[in-house]
Amino acid sequence: MIPGTFDYHRPRGLAEAVALLASLDEDARVIAGGHSLIPMMKLRLAAPTHLIDLAGIGELKGVKMDGDTLVIGAMTTQHELILDALIAAHAPILIEAAVLIADPQVRYMGTIGGNVANGDPGNDMPALMMALDGQYVLTGPKGARAVAARAFYKGPYDTAAQPGEILTAIRVKAPPAGHGYAYEKLKRKVGDYATAAAAVVLTVSGGKIATCAITLTNVADTPLDATQAAAAVIGTALDKGSLAKAAAAAEAIASPAVDGRGSAQYRKKMSGVMTARALARAFARAQS
Amino acid sequence: MSKSNVSMTVNGKAVAAEVESRTLLIHYLRENLSLTGPHIGCETSHCGACTVDIDGKSVKSCTIFAVQAAGANVLTIEGMAAADGTLHALQEAFREMHGLQCGYCTPGMIVRAHRLLQENKNPSEAEIRLGISGNLCRCTGYQNIVKAIQYAAAKINGVEYKEAAE
Amino acid sequence: MNAPTPPTSLERAEKLKGMGFKRKRVEDVRFTQGRGNYVDDIKLPGMLHGDFHRSSHAHARIVKIDTSKAKAVPGVVAVLTAEELKGVNLAWMPTLAGDVQMVLADGKVLFQNQEIAFIVATDRYIAADAADLVEVEYEALPVVVDPFKAMDADAPVLREDIKDKKDGAHGPRKHYNHIFNWSVGDKDLTDAAFVKAEVSTKDLLSYQRVHPCPLETCQTVCSYSKITGDLTIYGTFQAPHVIRTVVALISSIPEQKIHVISPDIGGGFGNKVGAYPGYICAAVASIVTGLPVKWVEDRIENLSTTSFARDYHMTTEIAATRDGRVQALRVHILADHGAFDACADPSKWPAGFSNIVTGSYDFPVAHLSVDGVYTNKAPGGVAYRCSFRVTEVVYALERAMDIMAQKLGMDPVDFRMKNFIKREQFPYQSALGWEYDSGDYHMAMDKAVAAIDYRKLREEQKAKQEAFKRGETRDIMGIGVCFFTEIVGAGPSKNCDILGIAMFDSAEIRIHPTGRVLGRMGSKSQGQGHETTWAQIIATEIGIPADDIAIEEGNTDTAPYGLGTYGSRSTPVAGAAIAMAARKIKAKAQMIAAYLLEVHEGDLEWDVDRFKVKGNPEQFKTMAQLAWAAYNKVPPGMEPGLEAVSYYDPPNMTYPFGAYFCVMDIDVDTGVHKVRRFYALDDCGTRINPMIIEGQVHGGCTEGYGIAMGQEIVYDAAGNVKGASLMDYFLPTAVETPHWETDFTVTPSPHHPIGAKGVGESPNVGSVPCFSNAVNDAFKFLGNVHMSMPHDAYRVWQAAEDLGLHK
Repeated sequence: MIPGTFDYHRPRGLAEAVALLASLDEDARVIAGGHSLIPMMKLRLAAPTHLIDLAGIGELKGVKMDGDTLVIGAMTTQHELILDALIAAHAPILIEAAVLIADPQVRYMGTIGGNVANGDPGNDMPALMMALDGQYVLTGPKGARAVAARAFYKGPYDTAAQPGEILTAIRVKAPPAGHGYAYEKLKRKVGDYATAAAAVVLTVSGGKIATCAITLTNVADTPLDATQAAAAVIGTALDKGSLAKAAAAAEAIASPAVDGRGSAQYRKKMSGVMTARALARAFARAQS
Repeated sequence: MSKSNVSMTVNGKAVAAEVESRTLLIHYLRENLSLTGPHIGCETSHCGACTVDIDGKSVKSCTIFAVQAAGANVLTIEGMAAADGTLHALQEAFREMHGLQCGYCTPGMIVRAHRLLQENKNPSEAEIRLGISGNLCRCTGYQNIVKAIQYAAAKINGVEYKEAAE
Repeated sequence: MNAPTPPTSLERAEKLKGMGFKRKRVEDVRFTQGRGNYVDDIKLPGMLHGDFHRSSHAHARIVKIDTSKAKAVPGVVAVLTAEELKGVNLAWMPTLAGDVQMVLADGKVLFQNQEIAFIVATDRYIAADAADLVEVEYEALPVVVDPFKAMDADAPVLREDIKDKKDGAHGPRKHYNHIFNWSVGDKDLTDAAFVKAEVSTKDLLSYQRVHPCPLETCQTVCSYSKITGDLTIYGTFQAPHVIRTVVALISSIPEQKIHVISPDIGGGFGNKVGAYPGYICAAVASIVTGLPVKWVEDRIENLSTTSFARDYHMTTEIAATRDGRVQALRVHILADHGAFDACADPSKWPAGFSNIVTGSYDFPVAHLSVDGVYTNKAPGGVAYRCSFRVTEVVYALERAMDIMAQKLGMDPVDFRMKNFIKREQFPYQSALGWEYDSGDYHMAMDKAVAAIDYRKLREEQKAKQEAFKRGETRDIMGIGVCFFTEIVGAGPSKNCDILGIAMFDSAEIRIHPTGRVLGRMGSKSQGQGHETTWAQIIATEIGIPADDIAIEEGNTDTAPYGLGTYGSRSTPVAGAAIAMAARKIKAKAQMIAAYLLEVHEGDLEWDVDRFKVKGNPEQFKTMAQLAWAAYNKVPPGMEPGLEAVSYYDPPNMTYPFGAYFCVMDIDVDTGVHKVRRFYALDDCGTRINPMIIEGQVHGGCTEGYGIAMGQEIVYDAAGNVKGASLMDYFLPTAVETPHWETDFTVTPSPHHPIGAKGVGESPNVGSVPCFSNAVNDAFKFLGNVHMSMPHDAYRVWQAAEDLGLHK
């Protein structure tokens, strides 16, 4: 219940935050919404020596358009995401997913940056960002660089971020108007991580699926890019056969942990079922 | 720093103290300010008994350090009634509709319901249930809590409360 | 000008807000304003905080405990281990079940998270830091987690302290890991009935280990005065007087110097009946330091070390005729008690009232045998809203009845009704020794069946089954039935005691000169609303408005001795004491009235709130007027004042019953269910406050829903406890929780002064089998006979997989 001690810092700007992080020891951490980090600190599974609070940094907030690309500040909360008109217009799958994350209180504090940055395989937004081909802007002492979400996750809590880098924004090229999307999340109750979840973003042309991205949450050490599953439906009108193939392909790459949510076999099977259901809904939503 | 000076406004009153950086807001409220309305029911941020309102957001005060709330406006159950003691519509409603039994989840539940009704003046039953899904109750089974929130919404909106058909 | 019309009897009765009235709760005034007074709200000058260092092992010898680093943390005042406790003979403490339990690990640990050291510091943050710095060297020992293996010839010895004891508290032990055998019924007749049975069923029906998990964990503030020798203990105690007497017995502090106070309690559900190491350590620490010491456990500690519930493995057999008449019931139960038998049962009942297992049915013969065993798990168990093992056996019975109905090809409702105890048979002597007070099961079931249009639901189910077989849908529909009879209100002194104290309960009622009332009872509400309902009983009995009646519970100095609140005993026992005390007051008031009105007592009749002279109703005295008179104008020879105490020894238990139905739809491909409808008809006899009864049913059904559909405390093969946090322990939110429909019949208890039976636990008893029967019923047409709880999506899916439904 009681965390260990740490020094608290509240930089007023991004440059100050980056400099601070670079100057402190390797157990210094940034804190965004704190709703992943603080529960771990309370169980003493994490014991940072310093916390650098990003809450006071205005440039990390807000959602704007840069041409056809959504630029989402890392400190945008799930709650703000859900109410954002630009997100609703251009990437509504993010809202569908955000509503399924945790509970209302956690969504008021939890940030999109926090959800994607720490490499927790249970978090939902990583798979969403992969499906949307999102780019993470990482700012460190040497400046800013972009890393594709698809290239960011290496293992549990192991990402492509270098020490001293802070995830400051997410860039998402808006999918075409009329795209189909769905996030299908099987969970034990509100607030739980996914037993298995699948995100689908697709476009339909002439009644057939033209492009498709399928990603999976919490059925492996990292979020998964189900490219074979997607390939199985591209060029089809999502008939029973291709749907089954996609589900089987999703199942094939899942290697879920065994925990209270179920056996590995169950969770593997559910990645297939969630994939099929997400595909069906996304297809129904799409306009040719 | 491992100790910080933190000041904020709690229930309309300016407060300040030097606290350890690791002091959770729930402990600051309960121990330093003797506001024992918000309660602790778990250590994994699931139960919501500690819910307060910070700058218009429902927040589990067990999952935020006091120092993070520096400069904020914090509302707890103790701040829900008017200065002259007139109860908030929700406080009346919970009693009217038997929306509590042991009372332990009640402060967090009412403060959350307050924010819910700010988000949505006239929530449906499904919206209420989703809206309070971050607050666990072991006694009531939620049904009368839903009724209490509907009753309060009607009162606040100045309309007659109609109990939904069974 | 005309005089105003005097209020009618009915109007005066309504003003009283007495029995039957949906009186708004008194407690809510403070709770809705955040002004409850719970244990962790208590701050005393100089108060210290205690925290535990707990075992990482499930079974190990303790080679060494090094507390030096912990002691060196600034702000740490003391660190207690078993060594220090031995000095005051408190390293072990007696349990309510006749066993002994380590307070702090003495030479070995027997379950993961067992208490090893108690750190006392100036604040809880320092105590937590220091607790992490205690270093323990373990020598791992082999672990027993499967109760079915606990009595293997080569099983590891768990309880070395009683290894050679051939007798336990409840009779002979057949193995060093055996605790007791408890058997009841006629074995020979029952065995004979099974031999000649036309049809019989036999199934292992397991009720998984769960935990009551009230929202407030267990906590205490103990404050010892070295000057006066008084020990004040605030705590989350459902039975504060019992705690006081236990402390007196195990410490050297005389009972009149022990002051136990239960303030507001944030839910109990049986979790807060017994004594836990945290209470004892806090008390010892306070005695040693002379300062108040607070101990507040966190949720993981609560779920993994305070008493679990259930963990009963019940081999259940029914013998019946081919045309569906039950002939015999035979049950053997393997009870897993964890490392210590800390069961909170009346002392002569090591398996609680499990012999209620014949339930609502007229079994001519029955036999029950229970074997308790030790394992490397947390000690217990308690009655999680269940009245001493009643939930367990009602689950077994109601599942077994469904299984037999299925075997006979009979509808589950029809099969039950064919075997119900008939209303003419009450008071009914069950084959296992209980006398059921009253019931009308056919009436209740008929009402329920009509209310939900049961036969139409079965038709719908049939149509849906055909559609499933044709491949048109992947959803299946289940209808769950449960008709429970439970036994509450422990209990008569002839067979119910806690550590030798008979299970009466008490009420002391005092009328003040201005006609206001103060009532104190030996019960202790943890949310049941006694401050509201006890006043309603008094109001109806003596005609003073409930709003003029203050109720207090929980302070053992002022409340008359009671055995506390659990097992739905408060209304049957304390409620009866309240009525009896009120009637003593009414009798005295009647004598005063006769004196004042100058008539004989027999010339008076009672009318809501006053005694009237028969035939001359303008001559009356209200109870308020009589209260004033009691202090200055009593008849010669009568003591002044108007108060009474009653200690009520109930002549019998009470037997509430109910008919519950559940309609459930299940997605076979994910295992996810949706409760379409849940209907609960309860008969708790006379209904004191219908609003509160409805709340109890909602809450109990919600707990039952959690149990049936997901709760479980699991141990892996190494004894690691899993699922003991709210991440995994299934507490439904408002989204998952079904909508509850409540209904009732009223069959008063003939032996209870106001005919009331108690209702708090009925919904947990009735809902769990109802949900489980619904799931099992859904899969019947696909070949299912029995699948175990919890019916979480994974397990339901796995059952579907095993039935070949995913091909």
